[in-house]
Amino acid sequence: MAMIRLAINGKSYSVDADAQISLLTVLREHLDLTGSKYGCGEGQCGACTVLIDGKAQRSCLTRVGTVAQKQITTIEGLAEGDRLHAVQEAFLEANAMQCGYCTSGMIMSAVALLKKNPNPQPSEIVDFMDGNICRCGTYPRIVGAIQRAAKMAQQSASARGTGR
Amino acid sequence: MNPSQKMESRLEPERYELRAAAPYRFDLDRRDFFKFLGAGIVVVSVLKSTAIAQESGGRQHRGESLPKEIDAWLHIGEDGRVIAYTGKVEMGQNIRTSLSQAVAEELHVPLGQIELVMGDTQLTPFDMGTFGSRTTPTMNLQLRKVAAAARETLIGLAATQWHTDRSNLLVVDGKVTDPKGGRSVKYAALTKGQKISQSIASDPALIPATEWKICGQSTGKVDGRDFVTGRHRYPSDQKLPDMLYGKVVRPTAFDATLVSVDTQKAEQMGAVVVHDGNFLGLAAPTSQQATAAVEAIQAQWKTEPQISNKELFDYLRKDASQGNDPSGDGDRYDVGAVDQALEAADQKLKQTYTASYIAHVPLEPRAALAKWDGDHLTVWTGTQRPFGVRGQLAEAFRIPEDQVRVLMPDTGSGYGGKHTGETAIEAARLARAAKRPVKVVWTREEEFSWAYFRPAAVIDVISGVRNDGTLTAWEFHNYNSGSAGIRTYYEIPNQRIVFHEVKSPLRQGSYRALAATANHFARESHMDEVAHTVRMDSLEFRLKNLKNDRLRAVFEAAAKQFGWGKSKGSPGQGFGMGGGYEKLGNLATFAEVNVDRNSGDVKVVRVVSAFECGAIVNPDGLRNQIEGSNVQGLGGALFEAIEFDNGKILNGRLSEYRVPRFSDVPLLETVLLDRKDIPSVGAGECPMIGLAPAIANAIFDATRVRLRALPLVPAGLKT
Repeated sequence: MAMIRLAINGKSYSVDADAQISLLTVLREHLDLTGSKYGCGEGQCGACTVLIDGKAQRSCLTRVGTVAQKQITTIEGLAEGDRLHAVQEAFLEANAMQCGYCTSGMIMSAVALLKKNPNPQPSEIVDFMDGNICRCGTYPRIVGAIQRAAKMAQQSASARGTGR
Repeated sequence: MNPSQKMESRLEPERYELRAAAPYRFDLDRRDFFKFLGAGIVVVSVLKSTAIAQESGGRQHRGESLPKEIDAWLHIGEDGRVIAYTGKVEMGQNIRTSLSQAVAEELHVPLGQIELVMGDTQLTPFDMGTFGSRTTPTMNLQLRKVAAAARETLIGLAATQWHTDRSNLLVVDGKVTDPKGGRSVKYAALTKGQKISQSIASDPALIPATEWKICGQSTGKVDGRDFVTGRHRYPSDQKLPDMLYGKVVRPTAFDATLVSVDTQKAEQMGAVVVHDGNFLGLAAPTSQQATAAVEAIQAQWKTEPQISNKELFDYLRKDASQGNDPSGDGDRYDVGAVDQALEAADQKLKQTYTASYIAHVPLEPRAALAKWDGDHLTVWTGTQRPFGVRGQLAEAFRIPEDQVRVLMPDTGSGYGGKHTGETAIEAARLARAAKRPVKVVWTREEEFSWAYFRPAAVIDVISGVRNDGTLTAWEFHNYNSGSAGIRTYYEIPNQRIVFHEVKSPLRQGSYRALAATANHFARESHMDEVAHTVRMDSLEFRLKNLKNDRLRAVFEAAAKQFGWGKSKGSPGQGFGMGGGYEKLGNLATFAEVNVDRNSGDVKVVRVVSAFECGAIVNPDGLRNQIEGSNVQGLGGALFEAIEFDNGKILNGRLSEYRVPRFSDVPLLETVLLDRKDIPSVGAGECPMIGLAPAIANAIFDATRVRLRALPLVPAGLKT
């Protein structure tokens, strides 16, 4: 066991944990950040997806010792105060969920996608998101929500006069 | 219990819960309500009908915290807050939303003012469980009734206060209004200082569907914000101070017996180990320590040879024929003279269809957190049957049910897979030994092996038809999978329909739509085979033999949207249909596939479903359920199958068991038929049943290859 320093959602944490255990376990058990979910433990379902330095990563396969000093964002850190992130807003507007258990991972993956590709085609969304499972089958709604979020982001960017 | 109920009980565990009504019915102690809920107005719906009593309310003994001889209640507090209580649970069907809509509608209050307490055995009326698409036809109606009665009580209070006739008054937006007198009063002001408890003596006047303002509208998840921010706490997210993490040491095969065990090392590592009969588990301060301690345990198990999935279908038929089918005569339906009619038919067709075991794979695995206070037990767990799990816990620990409280936080799905209380019992057993709260969350691998499966099926269909396409004889035998949806809705004068019970080699139970998926696959595939035999168009043949107007309407609506009858654009293209009547809903699903004969790749390109379930409560919520059913249904139709041998699951993880993903999803189109003149019924299951036969029929249309086994193309089309 060792003290590991983690930067999560803009806050700094010191965690007394084995460097070999998963980031997901540390988030959920040590820090009570339970928005990231366990679904399979082998990187197959994406329910545990978080952003590490802006990239979507499976926190169940990420050893906590490897992410010290990196910027970690979880679903809890996405909204700014009461203002939801465009992707969160879009998921609500599209009713892109049923039980919602996959939703955190879906949203984090979608945020990473839009960072890389602000205006993805449906086929690009499908390719990027294919590692995330929604067992309730809301995939078409999620694709729609991501397109909606892309549009919202572009509109607010052009409203600010910084349109691409 | 009649024979058919008895037979069903092994396949559909929830039916096992049907018991006789309570021998006594005592008056409600109305003071109890106010003790628990505070002053205000309480409206209760008292049970009358035995049928409803079996599902909700009823057969509760006294001594509980609140009277339970009721099936729904509603409280309007002094602050005007409206709380409705129901034993139904939320796991993604979005009934928290649709039930809130029902209450808001009848009470004339904004949706946001309604709070729903669900699935808490201490606070909500008894409920048999959330399954069988029963919430909308029963609970939605009950809550509308109690809300309507509350509305009438509020009007009465205002009328008394204003010394006016109640017929002069209206309710609008949480207020009683007197348009002539130009005055209005908020519900909160009317309920202040009141302790009024009212039960519903007769059915109150409900707002007709044609006048709905809140029901009938698309409404997103009422607490959706908690889900997109990660704030919602699922059962597996629950936590208590001093909580330990529990793990169970699993046998090496099903039905194995523990021969010897050495737990010394695990105990030295600080784990609390419990060895009680065949149960072997432990609890430790972190999940990492718990996992390490499990690995340190040396256990010897005695196993017996068991069959594999390769022998499954022979086994199911053989087991039934060897006299292990005590109820062969129990669940059967006979009309006319089938043998003579088959003899006399112009054409006869006999085919066999099969369906594999499949897994529910709820994305949130089973989870429970248990806590003891003396001999009182509280468990938070993800289950479709909180009251059933309470009974299981009471039985397991030999304590009265009123010492057990089960709470169900909105859960990460169930699909029929969470009827039982495994993790609740495991967590409670470990918590009792540890004298601290214990949480048990199954791994995905445990979920695959130690839950239960959708039953496998062997189905024989023998039909007789005249050359003009009139069906004259229909014989249908289902081995093992169940009798849901076993009857045919086509008009056939001579029928023999039998469900044969078999001793399943794997633990099996409810799965969304139950056996209706397998039975519709067999029936609707066979319909196409007969149509082909008599050289008739599939739709024309169905409509020729179908009188039910509601079912005809969905077939016709789906055909129109799909463009049935259009010519094929390419040689690999194929079109097919399947549909039926199940859980009171009517469905027709049409599919377009594209088959690459070189690679064997089968792609479902487009799916059109037309669905009718009476007056629609939440159109977008309904679309979501239908789309989801078709997406989930793709798995069982195309590639999902559990492989097993010698009491072990061979593909029990997500890297080995394929479920539908983004790239599998076709273009989905949904046609809703809104029948405001017909009471609303559920939609969580029926939309599943049409897809598999529609795809099989489309593959035949594309290739002239008839596939009769679910899944259809686990490794592509091999011919």
